Amino acid sequence: MGGAHHHETFISKYIFSMDHKIIGKQFLITAIIMAVIGMGMSILFRIQLAWPGEGFAFLNFFLGDKWAPEGVLDPNMYLALVTIHGTIIVFFVLTGGLSGTFSNLLIPYQIGARDMASGFLNMLSYWLFFVSSVIMIWSCFIETGPASGGWTVYPPLSALEKAMPGSGLGMTLWLVSMTVFIASSLIGSLNYIATVINLRTKGMTMVRLPLTIWCFFVTAILGVLSFPVLLSAALLLMFDRMLGTSFYLDSIFIGGEPLAATGGSPILYEHLFWFLGHPEVYIILLPALGLVSEVVATNSRKPIFGYRAMILSILAIAFLSFIVWGHHMFMTGMSPFLGTVFTFTTLLIAIPSAVKVFNYLATLWKGNLRLTPAMLFALGMVSLFISGGLTGIVLGDSALDINVHDTYFVVAHFHIVMGAGAIFGMFAGVYHWFPRLYGRLMIPKLGYLHFWVTFVGVYGVFMPMHFIGLAGVPRRYYSNVEFEMFQDVQFINPIITAFAIASAIGQLLFIFNFFYCIFKGRKSGQNPWKSNSLEWTAPVGRIHGNWVGPLPTVYRWPYDYSKPGYEEDYVPQNVPLKEGEHDGH
Amino acid sequence: MAGEVSKAIPPKDLWEGGRSPFSMSYGKIMMWFFLISDALTFGAFLVTLGWFRYTADYWPVSDQVFYHIPFVHSELPEQGFPLAYVAFMTFILIISSVTMVLAVEAGHRNDKKNVIKWMIATVIGGFVFLGSQVWEWAGIIVGPDGVFGTYDDTTMQSNFLGGWLNGAPIEGPKQYAQIFYCVTGFHGFHVFSGVMINIVILINVILGTYEKRGHYEMVEKGGLYWHFVDLVWVFVFTFFYLL
Repeated sequence: MGGAHHHETFISKYIFSMDHKIIGKQFLITAIIMAVIGMGMSILFRIQLAWPGEGFAFLNFFLGDKWAPEGVLDPNMYLALVTIHGTIIVFFVLTGGLSGTFSNLLIPYQIGARDMASGFLNMLSYWLFFVSSVIMIWSCFIETGPASGGWTVYPPLSALEKAMPGSGLGMTLWLVSMTVFIASSLIGSLNYIATVINLRTKGMTMVRLPLTIWCFFVTAILGVLSFPVLLSAALLLMFDRMLGTSFYLDSIFIGGEPLAATGGSPILYEHLFWFLGHPEVYIILLPALGLVSEVVATNSRKPIFGYRAMILSILAIAFLSFIVWGHHMFMTGMSPFLGTVFTFTTLLIAIPSAVKVFNYLATLWKGNLRLTPAMLFALGMVSLFISGGLTGIVLGDSALDINVHDTYFVVAHFHIVMGAGAIFGMFAGVYHWFPRLYGRLMIPKLGYLHFWVTFVGVYGVFMPMHFIGLAGVPRRYYSNVEFEMFQDVQFINPIITAFAIASAIGQLLFIFNFFYCIFKGRKSGQNPWKSNSLEWTAPVGRIHGNWVGPLPTVYRWPYDYSKPGYEEDYVPQNVPLKEGEHDGH
Repeated sequence: MAGEVSKAIPPKDLWEGGRSPFSMSYGKIMMWFFLISDALTFGAFLVTLGWFRYTADYWPVSDQVFYHIPFVHSELPEQGFPLAYVAFMTFILIISSVTMVLAVEAGHRNDKKNVIKWMIATVIGGFVFLGSQVWEWAGIIVGPDGVFGTYDDTTMQSNFLGGWLNGAPIEGPKQYAQIFYCVTGFHGFHVFSGVMINIVILINVILGTYEKRGHYEMVEKGGLYWHFVDLVWVFVFTFFYLL
């Protein structure tokens, strides 16, 4: 089977590949490129926020005379950068990149399958993702600039072509790109679901699945249920833009003239958008939590604490994520009673989230910790999840949220909990599974340095941001010094920008480490981390069909670390139970 | 086609575990999850309809909007045939679901002749529905007599009529017509893709592709989609025409 002879050209092997490992790598490398672009954009607008109105020659160099005359960022370009930064990081890096990379790589490996259910659809999913990325980047190079109404593209800024420069062709391209992206995400998710349900190897029951797979599985279900609603919202928005309908438009005057479109409601868009938008947060977060679960258990040399509680909390988070979207809309004039309902459901999410955090801490407790770079990033993720989660409780409460709504407090909250949190999960995943991806090890010293620069950088950027937010500075403003009341906190902005630049430069360590070690890294053994799950029972290197000979059979859960009665402190899932021995949990 | 790689492994061999947990192929599972996803797309449209209906001051009564039938000109709703035409469309679509079931059933018996017969009937049903929808749309768009009024080139806006009140046409909320076109149009698009899928499957049946494969599961998957499109129509019909 695995050694079946077939002809492979360069194109079929690396470009239009249907092999899940190659597709995972394609997703990963695309995501890294998109992440660099998104991060670069954040540096450009952070410079404007730190030193508003000051000219920098290199801004002029990057953006030209039109968007940065005399080195000062143009206000329209500022808004465009904020918008595209958010879009790229949320959708292309943390949704497509994170789930696309690790679901593709790990689902077939960890459930013991030869490949994804449909290799063709898997390939299609990647190439749609690629096309949508290209369209999104392309939209940055048109004359009127890319979409500029914020990553949530609320109407009327997004619905009226005349509203601002970015509302024209840039916004149209944004919508086209997102439509293609939704198709990619849907196809990918269907594949992940079908694979997990149908292709598990013998003995791999649902309660023997590694938590990573549980997370990817639930993430895919969330994607299948929430993205179609965004699709509908985007279609209605396109009709408003192109066909003269008025779903989202009402009582708008342009140059003193009333617009013919009346009777619509932008609040409707917000409801539809956030019905996707909130599950989207967990589409981003759950895969990261899944990767962290595996990394923490392996590197603590202990069974994950509360395996079933973890599964239940994943399911609870997934369910609750669909009934909390109103907490993004407390300021839309919603009934205070409805606000209380959404506050209640939102605060309920704290319970499964806390279960997960305490289970991680209990797993670490008295563990035989191995602080590999992956483990450090996993611990960093848990730390960010706690700090960001605490401010989430503030924002989830309607009475408190009203005071800090749409301020930098919100920006700090979601960047810590889902932005940096998920990125840390992704880093943990890359460091941990790099040997599985490329058969080589990354350089640990660079990994440690990368971790500390990033960790300090992230807290340095986002901790001070809370104070700016509490002082009431609204997000997305071009300049915070235009108002006297905000001048007191302006001194914080250069500090934030300095940390942002430092941590952005620190990412070069990772990029060098990653690409250098693909070719020159130290060769890795088959199971470098002494891990239990099935991907490490497959031979090093890319073998089509993953295993030579028959697929492994599974006899136990994946967390038999330091089990009494065994010489080694790990027992892979394909080792049969001894007489009288019980399956772990 | 590039990517012969995965094709080298027949899908059957991908499963080497014990028993497939649901005794169901991955294709069918994917189709089911796709349908769930698509249901949410329609759900969002119907929620939009509900939103406008319950925030509008006035909402047309469908009896007084959809009273035309082909070849008969009725000036006023009282002289017309309320909901008769859409009832006909619904009937056609539901009958086409029945013929689809018969095609799937014939497929289970590997009865190629009957599969072809019932697939052709289903395709015809789909075309009749689409044709009817074209007539319905045309009737309500065109001219000052149209239910939804006229389209003004200079303002790029439609002067929509909402319906009738005390025998006189009155202007209703624009969203009534807009969401009508969106939802029925999106459903029509689904019927259209369903007909295209059915035609491709029909060609494959005639060519004997599934006979060689030994099973007619593709017909069944096409059938799942077709029934879904039908079911969605039942909701669209209920929310636009009946309620």
